Amino acid sequence: MSAFPNTSTVQTQSVPTWRQKDAKPFVQIEQITKQFGQFTAVNSVSLDIYRNELFCLLGGSGSGKSTLLRMLAGFEEPTSGRILIDGVDMTGIPPWERPVNMMFQSYALFPHLSVEANVAFGLKREGLKSAEVNKRVAEILGMVQLGHLAKRKPHMLSGGQRQRVALARSLVKRPKLLLLDEPLGALDKKLREETQFELMRLQDELGITFIVVTHDQEEAMTLATRIGVMNNGDIVQTAEPHEVYEYPQNRFVAEFIGNVNLFDGTVIDDERDTTSMRSADIDGLLQVDHGISCAPNQDVSVAIRPEKIRISREPIDLEVNATTGVISDVAYMGSQSIFKVRLNSGKEIRITQPNVSREMGNRLTWEDRVFLSWDADSCVVLVA
Amino acid sequence: MLSKLRLGRTAVILVPMLWLAAFFFIPFLVVFKISLAEAMIAVPPYSPLLQWDSSNAYLTFKVTFGNYLYLFESRFYLDAYLSSLKIAAISTFFALLIGFPIAYLIARSRPTMRTILLALVILPFWTSFLLRVYAWMALLKKNGLVNDFLLATGIIDQPIQILQTDFAVYLGIVYTYLPFMILPLYTTLEKMDLNLLDAAQDLGAKPYQSFFLVTLPLVKPGIIAGCLLVFIPAVGEYVIPALLGGSDTLMIGRVLWDEFFLNRDWPLASAVAVVMLIVLVGPIMFMRNSNKEAE
Repeated sequence: MSAFPNTSTVQTQSVPTWRQKDAKPFVQIEQITKQFGQFTAVNSVSLDIYRNELFCLLGGSGSGKSTLLRMLAGFEEPTSGRILIDGVDMTGIPPWERPVNMMFQSYALFPHLSVEANVAFGLKREGLKSAEVNKRVAEILGMVQLGHLAKRKPHMLSGGQRQRVALARSLVKRPKLLLLDEPLGALDKKLREETQFELMRLQDELGITFIVVTHDQEEAMTLATRIGVMNNGDIVQTAEPHEVYEYPQNRFVAEFIGNVNLFDGTVIDDERDTTSMRSADIDGLLQVDHGISCAPNQDVSVAIRPEKIRISREPIDLEVNATTGVISDVAYMGSQSIFKVRLNSGKEIRITQPNVSREMGNRLTWEDRVFLSWDADSCVVLVA
Repeated sequence: MLSKLRLGRTAVILVPMLWLAAFFFIPFLVVFKISLAEAMIAVPPYSPLLQWDSSNAYLTFKVTFGNYLYLFESRFYLDAYLSSLKIAAISTFFALLIGFPIAYLIARSRPTMRTILLALVILPFWTSFLLRVYAWMALLKKNGLVNDFLLATGIIDQPIQILQTDFAVYLGIVYTYLPFMILPLYTTLEKMDLNLLDAAQDLGAKPYQSFFLVTLPLVKPGIIAGCLLVFIPAVGEYVIPALLGGSDTLMIGRVLWDEFFLNRDWPLASAVAVVMLIVLVGPIMFMRNSNKEAE
């Protein structure tokens, strides 16, 4: 299972489809709302997904991501709005007629059928000849390396093997769109990583559009071409993984994806290429190297990732984007160390540093007074 | 330590085993013994298996298979067996047909509703079985509620014979044994993972296909259990055919009763009972095997 993604098609295209102005979306979600009684699970979501994308819907439990996926599969009808797949309006089209297949979180393998029969189930419904069915089942089982287990029943398989059967079963019909509900949720860490690459390889080889629902931000970052972050039934940001991480559009995204330090500040000066803010948290000035749409005296938050902060015992002569504090906690993680630093204002922030040297001698440690600084282009101003 | 554990396990199994031995196996041996005797006017009304003649010092061991031969030679008993099997089979089929949707509905309703519906299924057991059969007699008789209703609505213009027909027997059996069908069906349906139906539909199965290809195979153990629980007692049923059936409703339970209490032919009655048991072992084994295959 040593499968690294092939460097072909999507990855090597100069401009991804979703950044091209005139590209035609493959899946169009238009103003979809889903209500269960009084509860709004999905709130007027609009989203375009392009051919060959591996789109991740990322959110916590109850964010509406699974409901959205179930509406794409046809298990739930939207309360309002519509979904188009390959230009065809899916309203009123039952699941068994949609060009979509789904891989279920619990895998939902038929316990009374063998691996082979599970995979063949969908093909038989199409009325294919048994020779053709057998050929395609053998082909896909080979692809997920399960050919030798074809006669087994699902309960005789390990978790990872079941996951691959479920994947094979959902791929064998060659759907235009594959929906995956927490595909790696039930696997242990090592298997997850292997399977992530496996998924990316298959997606690349087969040229199927994937929509993956997950609550695991690392999984989303590794897999996705783009991520749609969901919260309370809304999509709060849709962007490529590095954008979601480096340029979160709001406080929720900044806090949900990775770790972040947030400083509260008040705008004192907003120009085209610098914005300055006074922050009680750092007892000084914050500066970012881009203008923001805000008014003077407006309260904002400034987000800085833990790895973007420099930490040193040497005093720094900087008037902006610098502060000082005392190390209150250290966690050695092997490749990196995490420091918790209590600032003079009492606020505790988090800093990660790669462990470049093997020597322990001169390491920063508990109760050290440290000086912190960061670049103006490392911060993101969050108005919302 | 291990032997202690084994001892405990054996003890746990031993209790029901002893129970079955004392109240099923030994009585069955007694019945079997009686079936090999000859009927005679005496107390008890059958010939002894062993007889000690003290004057000649003869020990006679007398066994006759005449009762069994008689059963197979006489058309009457064969008809009674076949008719019992037929009535039980048809009743089981209808109990399944009616019980399945009810069990399905209960399994798919909200948990609070489920408890109420299940209680309703079991509720009739709170009234005596005999009383409920008498209630059916009142409903089905010539001037009973059913006829009154049919007359009032103009569907019929004179009362029809419902009581003392085979139809009344079917009705009685299905009504009485329906809970035994519903409960095992409910248990298996309730355990079923509903994601499987979504998966089937997602793979292109229309609802009726997912029912036959997924639901039915998975519920098979429940269907088999329910069918056995209805079929087995229905074959030997006595009260329902006696009270609701006509004089021509031939069932082995009634034959057994008649041989025992009217003819006082205990050996023949015992032979009837032994053969009935053998007849029932067949379908039970068959269903058990198909159940094992399903697993």
